[in-house]
Amino acid sequence: MANESESPKQGTKKKSAMIFFVTVGVAVLVAVGGMALLVNILEHKQEAKNPFFHVVELTDDTVDPEVWGKNFPIQYDDYKRTVDQVRTRYGGSEALPRTPTQADPRSIVAQSRLEDDPRLKIMWAGYAFSKDFREERGHAFMLEDQTYTERQQVVKQPGTCIQCHASVYGPSMRLGGGDLIKGFEKMNAMTYADARKEVTHPVTCVDCHEPKTMQLRITRPGFMEGMKALKASQGVKDYDVNKIATRQEMRTYVCAQCHVEYYFKGTEKRLVYPWAKGLKVDEMLAYYDEVQHKDWVHAESGAPVLKAQHPEFEMYNQGIHARSGVACADCHMPYKRVGAHKVSDHHVRSPLMNINRACQTCHKWPEEELRQRVLTIQDRTYEMRNVAMDALIDLIKDIKAAKTNGASDALLAAPRDFQRKAQFYLDFVEAENSMGFHAPQEAARVLGQSVNFSRKGQVELRDKK
Amino acid sequence: MKASVAKGTLIGVAVGVAMGVAGYTFLYAKGASYLTNDPKACANCHVMNDYYDGWIKSSHRSVAVCNDCHAPHNLAAKYLVKADNGFWHSLKFTTGRYPDNLHMRRINRKVTEEACLYCHQEVVSQIAPTPHTKENMTSCIRCHGAVGHPQK
Repeated sequence: MANESESPKQGTKKKSAMIFFVTVGVAVLVAVGGMALLVNILEHKQEAKNPFFHVVELTDDTVDPEVWGKNFPIQYDDYKRTVDQVRTRYGGSEALPRTPTQADPRSIVAQSRLEDDPRLKIMWAGYAFSKDFREERGHAFMLEDQTYTERQQVVKQPGTCIQCHASVYGPSMRLGGGDLIKGFEKMNAMTYADARKEVTHPVTCVDCHEPKTMQLRITRPGFMEGMKALKASQGVKDYDVNKIATRQEMRTYVCAQCHVEYYFKGTEKRLVYPWAKGLKVDEMLAYYDEVQHKDWVHAESGAPVLKAQHPEFEMYNQGIHARSGVACADCHMPYKRVGAHKVSDHHVRSPLMNINRACQTCHKWPEEELRQRVLTIQDRTYEMRNVAMDALIDLIKDIKAAKTNGASDALLAAPRDFQRKAQFYLDFVEAENSMGFHAPQEAARVLGQSVNFSRKGQVELRDKK
Repeated sequence: MKASVAKGTLIGVAVGVAMGVAGYTFLYAKGASYLTNDPKACANCHVMNDYYDGWIKSSHRSVAVCNDCHAPHNLAAKYLVKADNGFWHSLKFTTGRYPDNLHMRRINRKVTEEACLYCHQEVVSQIAPTPHTKENMTSCIRCHGAVGHPQK
């Protein structure tokens, strides 16, 4: 009986103890959750205050990006990430292991384009590019990859090459005693090995930014002179890019200091951008024809040929994005938010790796839809590129055969000129880093012309037989 | 008797602390501002700064605030949508898992499309859908996406 009467009492006690502990437990969880949320809100509010800490004094002599990074840690962090090696369908690089040697201490390189498409070796026969040509890696590797490419061992390269593979603004000013152009000329005239000793870093902050105000500025004389010639052809006299260009133009021009077609002029090896007649491939070829420039004589056909070099700026200028006022940086360094900071993403890379920020600011369609639009353009361009490549190889073979059969230089002059044309047009798309995307219709036109030139060259040979 | 007083006190303290923390967090986060129509409340979180700045310069700035286009015009539905979005926005902003260029959910797209018609019904009555074509309704913001906050 006694047991029976105590049992419900004990039960109530147990129950009330349980309610007590559960209540306390819930209250503790609510308090902890509330505090965690409070701290999180506090942190977000702190972010919104946008603090800037001026830690170091920056000058034109500050080449080391790490020092700039003390004032601009967010941008510096992104800048360092250009070491990433990621592929897209037609660009980007794979990190391939290699055994370091005395001459080339690199333990990782990008995949070889020559192995990928052996026709390139025929197109560049007799030129250093037929020995070693790899997919480009990120900005972080530009100096290293140029220093150790096999091309250096095949041909003695001039100091001019380093203009776009190193941070040369400081060293040029030093060599010129404060005169940029003088320093530029001195460096061009050096051997590559000597010029290499003058520089320490790949492209850094000072190459695009004025150190006091962070304003964008042009530091490459080749671009200043190229733009001056281009503007002169449009009737604008004495164009000074650093004084006249708008901020939005500068967000393209700082990239266009290097991502352009160029050649080394005369024995002084001056770096010149061939824009005196315009930016289109036809206008550049007309310029080269006028100054009678050739990059080398083709080893198999004997044609005086040209190598197009990454003409991104020129190709982009023929496209819809340039027309709409979109700058290189809008897609390749799109704005991003870090806390409440709005910064340009200094991890310069393919927009395909960053579609939300790069494309969706303007194009409000799903990521996959946008990716497919780009890939469709690139697939089509690649198909045409292959057709043009086959046509060019056919022409080279025919000229070679005619030469072996004793055809005179006079007879071969016209076919060789067609090869020069076809090759430059094809290389203009091949060397350009977008597989047609920067200006799809222009790329198609240029490749169509290239096929036409190759086949016309063959017809010329056939008719003269 | 004594033990139960102690227990009661402890419960009171625990619940009081929890309520205090929660209440302070609510005040500190300007919780009450979310019940208003003031666009500044939407920009409490700096994520919305660009959209707010865009709205200030937009054609709609003097005739519509955020809620006019992003919340239904029926009071109950309005607060339901506000609560729904409030929950997701808080979660995303707290965890930091969201893209820089934000995407509208389908329900919010519907709210905005209806908001366009709320004011512009007469203008578009000729092209507006009949009940049968409602499924294939032409989207206003597909073309006029920039009217509220151009370039965000």
